[in-house]
Amino acid sequence: MTGGPKIQIQRVAKSFGAAGRALAEVDLDVAERELVCILGPSGCGKSTLLNIVAGFLTPTTGTVRVDGRAVTGPAPERGVVFQEYALFPWLTVTGNVEFGPLLQSRPAAERKRTVDRYLDLVGLRAHADKFPAQLSGGMKQRVAIARALANEPAVILMDEPFGALDAQTRETLQDELSRIQRVEHKTILFVTHSIREAVYLADRVVVMTSAPGRIKQVFPIKLPEVRDRFAPEFTQYESDITRVVKEEVAKVRE
Amino acid sequence: MSAAATRAAAMVGALVLWAAIAHGNRWLGVVNPVLLPTPIEVGAVAERLIRSGELAQHFLTSLGRIAQGFGLAALAALGLGLLVGICVPLRLMTEPVIEFVRPIPPLAFLPMFLVWFGLGEASKIAFIGYTTFFPMFVAIAASVLRVDVVLLRAAASLGASRADLVRRVMLPAALPGIVVALRVGVGLALFVIVGAEFMGADAGLGHLIMEGRTFFDPAQIVMGALVLGLLGSLLNTLLLTVERRLLRWRAAS
Repeated sequence: MTGGPKIQIQRVAKSFGAAGRALAEVDLDVAERELVCILGPSGCGKSTLLNIVAGFLTPTTGTVRVDGRAVTGPAPERGVVFQEYALFPWLTVTGNVEFGPLLQSRPAAERKRTVDRYLDLVGLRAHADKFPAQLSGGMKQRVAIARALANEPAVILMDEPFGALDAQTRETLQDELSRIQRVEHKTILFVTHSIREAVYLADRVVVMTSAPGRIKQVFPIKLPEVRDRFAPEFTQYESDITRVVKEEVAKVRE
Repeated sequence: MSAAATRAAAMVGALVLWAAIAHGNRWLGVVNPVLLPTPIEVGAVAERLIRSGELAQHFLTSLGRIAQGFGLAALAALGLGLLVGICVPLRLMTEPVIEFVRPIPPLAFLPMFLVWFGLGEASKIAFIGYTTFFPMFVAIAASVLRVDVVLLRAAASLGASRADLVRRVMLPAALPGIVVALRVGVGLALFVIVGAEFMGADAGLGHLIMEGRTFFDPAQIVMGALVLGLLGSLLNTLLLTVERRLLRWRAAS
């Protein structure tokens, strides 16, 4: 499947019984090493879409393929980073990061190397023996990112991962993810409601309509790898995308 | 004053109060002094029974019954609680039955256990097991149900099989609730063993108390009750220690 899209979302729709349609029909391809941000008003079904790609939800119609194989449920090839961190509180930082490798029965020496490598990557080596309760929100999310990376998934799915953090920590984590992506070159599908965050991180920004969600417009972001939030080109993208998102937010209010 | 010192002072204070009331009654002659034994009289009974080895025997008999009855019930409650917490159809099937049986006061069934298992050890162990099983089972199933779905999703995305989910996520995530359930179970075991030993037992702290009634020795009744209190706080301290060790991650912050 070399050359083909890494993630292929084909005609995916989702209805929740009486609650109605959450997703209309979505078609989206994500290339290898690409970071795609999905933006949209709240309730537009962007998290539903991510949960379908993760295999937590089954689509009403359509299919998702990763490396050409249809998704039928959660699997280690698709790592997930959740907004609420979802760390195992009874395990230390090390225990959380080595959870995946442990399930795959990797030998202890290899697990230690993996844990060291990814804790170094997120700058938490010194906190390896702490429990999640002893960490700040930003540190918890770093551990969650290290845990996802340590399992060496084909793609990483991030569901508003920085949504629960304060503005300052949020930008720091965006900087870190951008730095990590320059080293690791993962295929990432990233859901957010922050336009600034999307422009800062994404190779492409996908704007969705209000519910039932469809893809409204796709913005390829042609900015350098290391981005400046105050550059005129950056703010231009921000205002262009803001205009499109606002149309949808207005529809929700009507 | 440190917390330990405060606790010790409170214990001494309670003892002094008891002594004051018992001796005061003796002076003023409000009720027959035999009905209100002093700490010294109770201590004398304890000394006599410790010397003869009887107290140790009764204590160990009761402890053994609690350990067996509670132990069997805990294992069953843990296994079935996990199963029902995981399997929705099973839960729907068992819920109405349990909701009906659970509010029946356990002592109502004690004669039934005597009919079924006779006067020997089996009836006491089975009765303690029956009493402690339902509350522990219901609490354990509830704590398994409360396990955050996001943790299960996270584990599944990291490659966890169904067995991994149970062993590596549900069990540890439900552990705080399980420990609480076990403590409730021990408390209940202590509560009903006395009743079980009142009826047709020839040993145990409940029997010792009943013997105090038969031979009209209130001091022995009080002593039996105090030893039960001691046994209870001993078991509770033990469980608290286990809890602190198992749930180290919760205290950490």
